[in-house]
Amino acid sequence: MIAESGALRRLGSDPLRLALLAIRLGPVLILLLLVVIMSMLSPAFLTMLNLGNVLAQSAVIAVLAIGQLLVILTRGIDLSVGSTLALASVTGALVYSAAPSGPVVVLAMLATGMAVGAINGMGYVLGRLPHPFIITLATLSAARGLALWLSGGQPQQGMPEIVQAMGGGSAGWLPYSAFLVAAVALAVVLLTTRMVWGRWIYAVGGNPEGARRAAIPVDRVVISVYVLSGLAAGIAAIVTSGRLNAGSPTFGDLAELDSIAAVVIGGASFLGGRGGVGNALVGALMIGIIRNGMNLLDVDAFLQPIVIGVVIVMAVESDVVRGRLESRFRIARAARA
Amino acid sequence: MTPVLAVRGATKRFGAVLALDGVDLEVFPGEVLALLGDNGAGKSTLIECISGVHRLDAGSIEMGGIAVTTGSPAAARALGIETVYQDLALFDNLDPAANFYAGREIAGPRWLPRGLRLLRRRDMSRATGELLTRLQVGIADPHATVGLMSGGQRQAIAVARAAAFASKVVILDEPTAALGLRESRRVLDLILRLREEGHAVIVISHAMDHVIEIADRAAVLRRGRKVGEMSPTPDNRQALVSLIVGGDS
Repeated sequence: MIAESGALRRLGSDPLRLALLAIRLGPVLILLLLVVIMSMLSPAFLTMLNLGNVLAQSAVIAVLAIGQLLVILTRGIDLSVGSTLALASVTGALVYSAAPSGPVVVLAMLATGMAVGAINGMGYVLGRLPHPFIITLATLSAARGLALWLSGGQPQQGMPEIVQAMGGGSAGWLPYSAFLVAAVALAVVLLTTRMVWGRWIYAVGGNPEGARRAAIPVDRVVISVYVLSGLAAGIAAIVTSGRLNAGSPTFGDLAELDSIAAVVIGGASFLGGRGGVGNALVGALMIGIIRNGMNLLDVDAFLQPIVIGVVIVMAVESDVVRGRLESRFRIARAARA
Repeated sequence: MTPVLAVRGATKRFGAVLALDGVDLEVFPGEVLALLGDNGAGKSTLIECISGVHRLDAGSIEMGGIAVTTGSPAAARALGIETVYQDLALFDNLDPAANFYAGREIAGPRWLPRGLRLLRRRDMSRATGELLTRLQVGIADPHATVGLMSGGQRQAIAVARAAAFASKVVILDEPTAALGLRESRRVLDLILRLREEGHAVIVISHAMDHVIEIADRAAVLRRGRKVGEMSPTPDNRQALVSLIVGGDS
């Protein structure tokens, strides 16, 4: 958002520039448009209670999307986050039945997420794999399988109070999970905009070989984003398990696709190097509002994935158009220089 | 006078290919040395060995008469060698200041591990602005990402970055390739200013006119060997070209 206000300040009358700015602000405008349309179509939409619902329903996608954003910034992809969420929730439930302590369960879930992330990152980097698609596809399968095996395929009832509060508690109409999302978002904003490590994440995404030659520790940066994405999956597991007071091997099914969709429709580039936490949050809210709105309007649930699919294509196409506009912008500038 | 950088007997093999075969090279402060040769002659391999991307199989690198090892890009940087690679120079998604300081960000506090330090963005912008002004590189919008800038501006930023941090040697790989006339002119002027400031500059170029204009000396490589050295003047042009393509062909 900071970059966007800067762009606004420097906005000239140049039509190319205007078009670029429109594309950059596009997701925010679409989100606002969605809110306006929904509140006109359904009087229930703009009630505090429903907005609280939207936030609670978007929380899991938002946390996963923030982790996914870091991975996508480095030109990667993490397909394993949904399965990691399930494994972390089952681990949490099993730990809870053995040692019913809130902090221990929370730590176990976070550690499980980070462990899967470490396998992804180290497998990709140290195995010199051509693309993270493969290793995270492998952990997508293996983590889900491990969750099924550990739980015997059955949901495990019971979560400590702190986990239940994170998933289902609220302060008035504001769900606690919204505060959790805000805390995660703030931490990652600090990382991506203020810290050296965050700058390196963007550098690796913008030009991996250039980053290596600039003496940036590329391998460690890449591993770290997968560990952080795994950690995000562990946090998302706390929210999901808390809401349903259980750990289940079926949690987070297809959540990896939601998280990728949120990052992309929120306006971060799928090609890496561009985008921030704001994009992940806007994308997660867009998906949340589309789902919530279609429920309120009694639209057939089977139509929802189709709408999300159309939005994804539009978002990626706008990224392509952005790239083309930028190169025209560059040519126009060179001609003027 | 001691050369600021000397390469002795540089040899590098990639599998069955002998990319460098006993190359000697010397550069002196305040000198522009052109490194010439046809495609595959070993120019890029030689500079990549100097700048720490590759390791020499045999031979040595000396700086100011003392043997050094440039085992990594970071080690070469620490020795005062900065390199501008063709096409690899910049981060299109970052602004000029972030490009300048990529991998050596100004940040604090010092007791934190480097990656966790907080960026001093204002300090970096100010220093970048001052340097670009000193080197007379005009940038319309210092906060735009360099992906939005023209080829000449981008190359100027890359060269200025190398100049800013190189205490001894600046290496430029095809600095004027893919640039228009006016943009090439700016980059050439920038290289001449680097020489005035006492840097040793090594330039790889295929543009003979540019070499003749800015270089004090030219070394020619062919098939991994150094086949000659001469001062590039308009009269020597033909001789240089036949050295590059080889007398026998």
